Amino acid sequence: MVFLSPILALTLTALSTFFIFFLAGVDGFGAFYVLFIEPLSTQYNFSEMLVKAAPLMMIALGLSVGFRAGVWNIGAEGQYTVGAIVGGAVGLYFYEVEGFWVLPLMSLAAIVGGMLYAGIAAFLRTKFQVNEILVTLMLTYVAILLLSAMVHGPLRDPDGFNFPESRLFHDSATLPIIWEGTRVHIGLALAVIFSFLTYFWIKKHISGMQINISGIAPRAAKFAGFDENKAVWLSLLVSGGLAGLAGLLEAAGPVGQLVPHLPTGYGFTAIIVAFLARLNPLGIIFSSLLIALTYIGGENAQITYDLPSSITSIFQGMLLFYFLACDVLIRHKIIFNFSKNINHE
Amino acid sequence: MYKKGLTNSIKVFMTSCILFVSSGAAAEPTKAAFIYIGPTGDHGWTYQHDVGAKYVKKHMGDDVEITTVESVEEGPDAERVMAQLANKGNEIIFTTSFGYMNPTLKAAKRFPNVKFEHATGYKRLDNISTYSARFYEGRHVIGKIAGKMTKTNVIGYIASFPIPEVIRGINASYLAAKSVNPDIQIKIVWVFSWFDPGKEADAAKAMIDQGADIIMQHTDSTAAMMMAEENGMYAFGQASDMGSFGPNAQLTAIIDDWGPYYLQRVQAVRNGTWESIDTFDGVREGMVAFAPLSDRLPADVRAMALQDIGELAAGTLHPFTGPINKQDGSAWLAAGETPPMFPDLLTMDFYVEGIDSKIPQ
Repeated sequence: MVFLSPILALTLTALSTFFIFFLAGVDGFGAFYVLFIEPLSTQYNFSEMLVKAAPLMMIALGLSVGFRAGVWNIGAEGQYTVGAIVGGAVGLYFYEVEGFWVLPLMSLAAIVGGMLYAGIAAFLRTKFQVNEILVTLMLTYVAILLLSAMVHGPLRDPDGFNFPESRLFHDSATLPIIWEGTRVHIGLALAVIFSFLTYFWIKKHISGMQINISGIAPRAAKFAGFDENKAVWLSLLVSGGLAGLAGLLEAAGPVGQLVPHLPTGYGFTAIIVAFLARLNPLGIIFSSLLIALTYIGGENAQITYDLPSSITSIFQGMLLFYFLACDVLIRHKIIFNFSKNINHE
Repeated sequence: MYKKGLTNSIKVFMTSCILFVSSGAAAEPTKAAFIYIGPTGDHGWTYQHDVGAKYVKKHMGDDVEITTVESVEEGPDAERVMAQLANKGNEIIFTTSFGYMNPTLKAAKRFPNVKFEHATGYKRLDNISTYSARFYEGRHVIGKIAGKMTKTNVIGYIASFPIPEVIRGINASYLAAKSVNPDIQIKIVWVFSWFDPGKEADAAKAMIDQGADIIMQHTDSTAAMMMAEENGMYAFGQASDMGSFGPNAQLTAIIDDWGPYYLQRVQAVRNGTWESIDTFDGVREGMVAFAPLSDRLPADVRAMALQDIGELAAGTLHPFTGPINKQDGSAWLAAGETPPMFPDLLTMDFYVEGIDSKIPQ
């Protein structure tokens, strides 16, 4: 039954969406087709879904590790941004320098940047017991302002009429396309590989197990001699590093430069992705595709049916809500205890 | 937004269920699309572009089919939305924010038969035109009104991003205000957003604390206008007539009137006469217009404003006419000199002499 709950949630979401369309006076079947089937029906739409899923997958993977350990990194958006800044700065430093090593170096810089940024929260939590939810969330705003400052200042395109954006990355600093004629880049392949690596790490390696135990039973973990601080550091470094890499993949991939609007909320949406997959790294491959589908479908619905852009957020919110509700109701039984109330009267 | 809703559903239903045979009487409508950075309900920048889109529909009727997509982020999503619209058979696509520049470039290369029109950018191709307006002409008029109407001699200016267009607006407003009021000061707050009602309202509050009694804005929401109304101050509408949000506060508004341009461009596509051009129109061409002047303006201020508007329309007045020095005291324009559009105005990254503030770096 528990395995059915994602399907049940999806069905309920679909029915509710249908009902909302009905109330809004929109042709339900048509809108439904546009939202869910059309994104899968053409090669272009399908490829765009993959493009959108890649960063979500990468970020959600990292977050799932932390969430397993009960470490709540809410600021993946910030680590994503810092990764893009640091990795992008490396690419711009080597502007017009050709070489196979440019991209790996940028990626490495992005991972380290994301790790250090998330490391601030780990340091504050392990040293001073500062809540990592607040720290990571607030550092997100700092990161976005930092990006803005960088593209207005040191990283600004010298030939760009003072407009706030960097140069376009040169060829050696731009991700190779793995599907000819689309925007699907090597980042997708990396994200899938990382999903399997994370899966085996969590399932097979002792440090993966420690992460799990720290989240499920913190006291048991302590008795077993597991170091809680180690789990905090590990969680935040892994999730920060992956978010940082995702940021670079987006900057050096579909965007092709650093712009102030690079962070578009992937870091927050990835939280939904991680939970829809029940924090399972392999499940994240599918949940990221599903959420990506809702983005593409939402845009199509706007184009074809003139529906407002908020349709995507409504849909994503409902999906998570129904999923969590299904999980609770499948695992727990609700007992209405009316008699007790009557006795009290 | 052209409301299609139910009628469109019926159309889709008919085409899919019955084999719909075209009567062949009228020519196919020209398909035009608009991509917006904000919600059409911002009552500012996006709202005004949408008014332009509706203007096209009103004048072309069944000859045009318009699609609009709102709140499209300036990141990787923009290119996809453009490609989707091109795939859906749109012949001309208007991308109405500066940040769409590189996505427009990429999409235009992929769809060489689709015409693109990018607002406020500078990169053109055979199938990309660029267009913008000489908003600084509007700033000149409101600057003069502000210089006359302020009692504290302090103007509060809510600025978005330190890009040339915004800097031009600040300089034009200041020079105009100073020309009628030598004691004028301008306080600038940067909110680093085009549309953020919360931040814009906070900025307006900060202005009041600094002694400003008139607010100008280069952001898109009506928050500052409402704040001015509450506090008995004056303000100017941005992009559209915001008079209903500040009936006492609004002295006038700079209105972006895109409609005639949009109509001309869509018709050019229909007639096969579309060419890649760069447009920078102002008061004379009607792209920059004004909301009715407030009754609160004394007769002399009203006459002054009307005279300047008339001179701008006649093309005899340029808001940047020398002698003007840069903020650091170095000479920019000699007496009687006016600057070329490029590079001086299009790349403007300095304040003029007298502004006591720094451009954020």
